[in-house]
Amino acid sequence: MLEAQVFQRLGDFTLDTSLAVPAEGVTALFGRSGSGKSSLIRLIAGLEAPETGTIRLGDTWLMDTQRHLWVPPHRRQLGIVFQEARLFPHYSVRGNLRYGMPRAARADFDGLVELLGIGHLLSRTPGLLSGGEARRVAIGRALLSRPRMLLMDEPLTGLDGARKQELLHYIRRLARDTGVPILFVSHDTREIGALADRVALIEEGRVMASGPVDEMFARFDLGPRTGRFEASSLLEARIVAHDEALCLTRLVLPGMTEGETLSVARLEGAVGDTVRLRLRARDVGIAPSWTPPLPDFACIPATLREIGDEAHGPFVEVMLDVGGQALRARLTREAVDQMGLRAGQALQARLRSVTISRHDVIVM
Amino acid sequence: MLTPLEWEALALSLRVSGVAVAVILLPGLGMAYVLARFDFPGKTLLDGIVHLPLVLPPVVVGYLLLVSLGRQGTLGHWLHETLGVSLPFTWQGAALAGAVMAFPLLVRAVRLSLESVDRKLEEAARTLGASRWKTFLTVTLPLILPGLLTGSVLAFARSLSEFGATITFASNIPGETRTLPLALYSLVQTPGKEAAAARLCVISVIVALIALVASEWLARRARRRLEGRHA
Repeated sequence: MLEAQVFQRLGDFTLDTSLAVPAEGVTALFGRSGSGKSSLIRLIAGLEAPETGTIRLGDTWLMDTQRHLWVPPHRRQLGIVFQEARLFPHYSVRGNLRYGMPRAARADFDGLVELLGIGHLLSRTPGLLSGGEARRVAIGRALLSRPRMLLMDEPLTGLDGARKQELLHYIRRLARDTGVPILFVSHDTREIGALADRVALIEEGRVMASGPVDEMFARFDLGPRTGRFEASSLLEARIVAHDEALCLTRLVLPGMTEGETLSVARLEGAVGDTVRLRLRARDVGIAPSWTPPLPDFACIPATLREIGDEAHGPFVEVMLDVGGQALRARLTREAVDQMGLRAGQALQARLRSVTISRHDVIVM
Repeated sequence: MLTPLEWEALALSLRVSGVAVAVILLPGLGMAYVLARFDFPGKTLLDGIVHLPLVLPPVVVGYLLLVSLGRQGTLGHWLHETLGVSLPFTWQGAALAGAVMAFPLLVRAVRLSLESVDRKLEEAARTLGASRWKTFLTVTLPLILPGLLTGSVLAFARSLSEFGATITFASNIPGETRTLPLALYSLVQTPGKEAAAARLCVISVIVALIALVASEWLARRARRRLEGRHA
């Protein structure tokens, strides 16, 4: 568990916040650029000192201005992955990886190199690596220093779509296989949806809200911050079958009627695996519960929990309950009136297969 | 090929300049680090003092050395009394004169390369468990190596060509302080030694050229290693 409570003025910007990061899983620090994310990371890493504050990692105090306590960055046992990979140009990839590696971590070397897929790069010099390769080496280097927590400052910035997906995949494996807790800075809700277990939302130098990622995604009040157009919900589902001939994977969501499935493009996971689905509110349809099924749409019985209070404009967001999970849907104000929607009403949520891309389904 | 007198002057020159560079290497590195990385009151003044030998007439520097380090000078008196060391009119004194004259060149070169080091790399090293000292040795120093090499060769060359401060502080004693430029000067002063003077002149040019080519080669090698092409 990392707990920080800091106050720092930087010109006319003030960082004044507290942050708690649990000792397991991936926590995302989400905010726009200029919201203070990177400053907060630098304070935690000990690269800057706040005017006042305390930072504690587990039962170790890293800093306490009142008690004049200061642990220098090299003794904080935190692994930092910066936005730029920051590899040392005068060492080979192997030299970079070994830079902060204590004797005790030698046994981890081969496994981690394999996990990150950088075995073929070991004798290269960093100047010859692609962006994605350099980031992976930087992640490996940070992890081999045996950190108690890994802090990543927008490690996916500047990578193209495919590289980004690849790196996301590696980070997800790390979080699962190494057990090192990760604090992940991002301004991209898609990255967060794919990676995070928890989200802390930072705005103008203050963490405004934090909680499990599905709950945070389901909060209307955070809509303006997370972006309405991309507003989405995260739902868990289970793989029940693959159809090789049709290149489809069939998923079942909790609350679905027996025999009903949601078909998506063929996934890597095995039957029985749990997946996390990111469903954009604008892709979720609502119909009265008696409407007959349609091909290519999966129907899930849903209860209307709440209607958003956007007073103006053509669209309204509603929150549905499907099998205990929160599902956001976006529809026109006109449709709300026509269906006479009100809280507590039994409805049908409709998910259209082709709106769900491979990147929206993460095998856990 | 070389006459005993030429050998003497050449060997002395190389020894004096080598010692001069060796003496200023660490202080120069430290001074460059302080000037490149810290801000403090009086920094401009310190910077000025370091660069003074570059703009002062060398004879003035030699004179100042003589005044402060001669037997009558406070520092010189103390050195002689406590350590039994006397610098004027010795080859060590010639080395000191060369060192003082070469110091600003070394500091400038190292400072420039220190200022071009990406501080973010040093930060990365700190977060990987390296103390300030280890960071300097494993990241900063290798990165400024080309600048340090260039600076050292410049300093060596400057010391090799030193004349005014040397003749003022260490005099022109054959076998002790008569370096190449001083030997050349003595020959030019002697009627009928024109040919010998010309030979010394050629030797000086060759030594200087070798130093420059060697430094360029070393610096290029170091840079190539940094850029990731195989050296």
